[in-house]
Amino acid sequence: MTVDLVQISNCVTRKPIPGLDTYCPSQRDPHRNNFCFHHIYILQILGSWTQMFQIMTYWSIRRPLLKCITDAYSFNFITFYIMFGGFFLCTSVIYKNDRFLPPLQVLCVQIKCFHEIITIGYSVYHSYHLPWFRTLSWYFLLCVNYFFYGETVTDYFFTLVQREEPLRILSKYHRFISFALYLTGFCMFVLSLVKKHYRLQFYMFGWTHVTLLIIVTQSHLIIHNLFEGMIWFIVPISCVICNDIMAYMFGFFFGRTPLIKLSPKKTWEGFIGGFFATVVFGILLSYVMAGYRCFVCPVEFNSDSNSFTVDCEPSELFQLQDYSLPAALESLTGWVRVRMYPFQIHSIALSAFASIVGPFGGFFASGFKRAFKIKDFANTIPGHGGIMDRFDCQYLMATFVNVYIASFIRGPNPTKVIQQLMALRLDQQLHIFNSLKAHLTEKGLLPANEEVA
Amino acid sequence: MTELRRRAPAETEREAPANVSDDKETDTEERLGFHDHADGHADGEGEREGDGEAEGDSKADASEVPPATDDTPECLNKALQGLSSRWKNWWIRGILSLTMITGFSLLIYMGPIMLIPLVMAIQIKCFQEIIIIGYRVYHSYDLPWFRTLSWYFLVCVNYFFYGETLADYFGVLVQREEPLQFLVRYHRFISFTLYLTGFCVFVLSLVKKHYRLQFYMFAWTHVTLLIVVTQSHLVIQNLFEGLIWFIFPVSTVICNDIMAYVFGFFFGRTPLIQLSPKKTWEGFIGGFFSTVIFGFIFAYLLAQYQYFVCPVEFDSETNRFAVDCQPSSVFVLQVYTLPAIVQNVTRWETVTLYPFQIHSISISSFASLIGPFGGFFASGFKRAFKIKDFADTIPGHGGIMDRFDCQYLMATFVHVYLTSFIRGPNPSKVLQQLLVLHPEQQLSIFNALRSHLREKGVYQPVLY
Repeated sequence: MTVDLVQISNCVTRKPIPGLDTYCPSQRDPHRNNFCFHHIYILQILGSWTQMFQIMTYWSIRRPLLKCITDAYSFNFITFYIMFGGFFLCTSVIYKNDRFLPPLQVLCVQIKCFHEIITIGYSVYHSYHLPWFRTLSWYFLLCVNYFFYGETVTDYFFTLVQREEPLRILSKYHRFISFALYLTGFCMFVLSLVKKHYRLQFYMFGWTHVTLLIIVTQSHLIIHNLFEGMIWFIVPISCVICNDIMAYMFGFFFGRTPLIKLSPKKTWEGFIGGFFATVVFGILLSYVMAGYRCFVCPVEFNSDSNSFTVDCEPSELFQLQDYSLPAALESLTGWVRVRMYPFQIHSIALSAFASIVGPFGGFFASGFKRAFKIKDFANTIPGHGGIMDRFDCQYLMATFVNVYIASFIRGPNPTKVIQQLMALRLDQQLHIFNSLKAHLTEKGLLPANEEVA
Repeated sequence: MTELRRRAPAETEREAPANVSDDKETDTEERLGFHDHADGHADGEGEREGDGEAEGDSKADASEVPPATDDTPECLNKALQGLSSRWKNWWIRGILSLTMITGFSLLIYMGPIMLIPLVMAIQIKCFQEIIIIGYRVYHSYDLPWFRTLSWYFLVCVNYFFYGETLADYFGVLVQREEPLQFLVRYHRFISFTLYLTGFCVFVLSLVKKHYRLQFYMFAWTHVTLLIVVTQSHLVIQNLFEGLIWFIFPVSTVICNDIMAYVFGFFFGRTPLIQLSPKKTWEGFIGGFFSTVIFGFIFAYLLAQYQYFVCPVEFDSETNRFAVDCQPSSVFVLQVYTLPAIVQNVTRWETVTLYPFQIHSISISSFASLIGPFGGFFASGFKRAFKIKDFADTIPGHGGIMDRFDCQYLMATFVHVYLTSFIRGPNPSKVLQQLLVLHPEQQLSIFNALRSHLREKGVYQPVLY
């Protein structure tokens, strides 16, 4: 009996293994998730109509309303979040069974942010006329994206990649190909150095690389989070947005003591009020979302049907459990026990980070704008500036969530481990096999006497 | 690199004015550029600080780093008193080169236990040199927190990288000690927290009139970290694969340097690139061929010794590094049949070679063809910021960074080459990941692996 390790990789996920002989759950009920999908399909249609309506309303009432609200900042702030809500609703869900849009949106946002920052660099240094610059910056963006997306594709689409011959070669030599592409760009840069403009060119080189470091690596981490489960993508983004809105509200109504010189409109009351409001919001939102399988399950690529599936047994993180409240809370609320998802406890950590450390990303961007004397990153969104203005706090959040997941939630990806195992030499595999056997025997998972095949 | 640097006072004076006049033009242009920019963007903020800052920046650009002092030790000076300045310089460089090569060989002899601290020391020195240049260019000595922050970021990034490496290679030792286990398990989180602390301190340290300077230094620090620290980390990983993967690339780069210089000295006529006027096409091509031949022969010599060829392992019993193994197939002599053309020429039918020698050809080619671009990059960098050398650490040669500018690209290339063509993933890392999985997953992988090995005929079940 030939055991196809490739086949195994499909099945070794967080699902509990029913027995040692069967590796895969026997049947997948094709209708089990239809409720979830149809639900979302309807939401999506509603979302598109809502958005069109919003845009029409926004443009028609903007001018007269602006006269009533004296603070243009508040007006823009409010309208942005209403529009963003509609946009988010209609595009951040899985459309039917076979298209998975969020990575594409993340890519678009990333490209736009990169474009904005590079354009600022050009205007700061008057380097429009320097040879090769735009080409080189976009080329480096392409290279780094190719490298990261190639790694992601190799991890998550393992079976598909193994099947197609050209893809397999591309993935086997992926690092070498990416490095060669990057080196070509590097050599082009060196050859393009022009006598009187050395410093400018080095500045732009440094600028491009720092921008790539910040934006591309973090959008890549967002996509990793997404593949863990939509909830790990939606909850952090919502917490940051909520903190933005709540801090603004509290600042508007109660704001008195300024927070930091960099952003004179931020106040301590807004900061603290936003913190508490975000934590509460995070707990409620995670309660609502953790009930739905389509948010909670890791996104997988099913090589048989060539589509994305979001279907699994929810891990214990997303199963209701009983917690007994500490004595202090008991006397306060009169409840002895409470049923919660363990995920809600994690959401407290996420919300706390979003409210306390997230704003530093915003201060960094404010400092950056003041340093280079620009009002906004760009004029993409009328009244709000560029995409980067809206997304500056999100980036720190994405890295934090990724590190949090890797450290506290899950271990390494079993698929990846199998992949690496298969690539080793036979003697190395044997060595690992013996070590694993010793380990499992010690843990009592294997009988001490090995039966002969 | 191999440019003959005129350190003697007379020649420095002759050369310096030529450089300075070029750069004065650049300065004026940049001064204008910055002024225009300050005026153009003043509408947004309308603050006086904008103009002040722009002037400060352009002044920083216009000023030059103070000329380097001659650091040659007294004894050398006395010994070479009689010679003309050109030959004196030649001798100084020659003696220092020999000293460095001898020192390097000595350290190799002492083994990995000395090489790892050596790589770390070089990395710290390079980082320091580049950061000091940044300070001088931007006159940012007086800004709060800068030195502290730059060194703090260096410590953080090093902690992250060395933690990951050590966890892989010292797996057994780590499993034994309880506090180490905790540190390894939450390693990424701890590193990220440390980095974030530095980031928040940076944001809090932003001072009103110095925003731009501070952002420049932040970016400067990060790009330097990216270049210097990641690649020294790759050098250490190459080292653990086997000393030969460390010694051989470094030697090829040094050999290319020397050979290109020698060929250029004797036959040099056509200039190669505007950036480095002393480089010639003859030197480049001559260096390429001689490096390939040198690499071929040197690989043959090195591949025979187990000491160089075996992966470095940490022996947990004796608490020392052990270099002892069955050489892999790359380092075992094999017989190759020559293609018909070469057979006619040399009248040999077969030749016994190490497969490593064939790999050595690609490594030498990279060192001669692409490695110099690292040198051109560093030359461009020095011209851009109007500095003669990175520092004065080595008399006659400049700073550590001057010697190692070509090595960095090489380290990355060798690492990528190793992982793509020579070996697969690191087995100890795979084992470590396996041990962290859920027991059910471990069990299923165990069964799958057993069937796979049985199928391949390698698995011999042992009866207890």
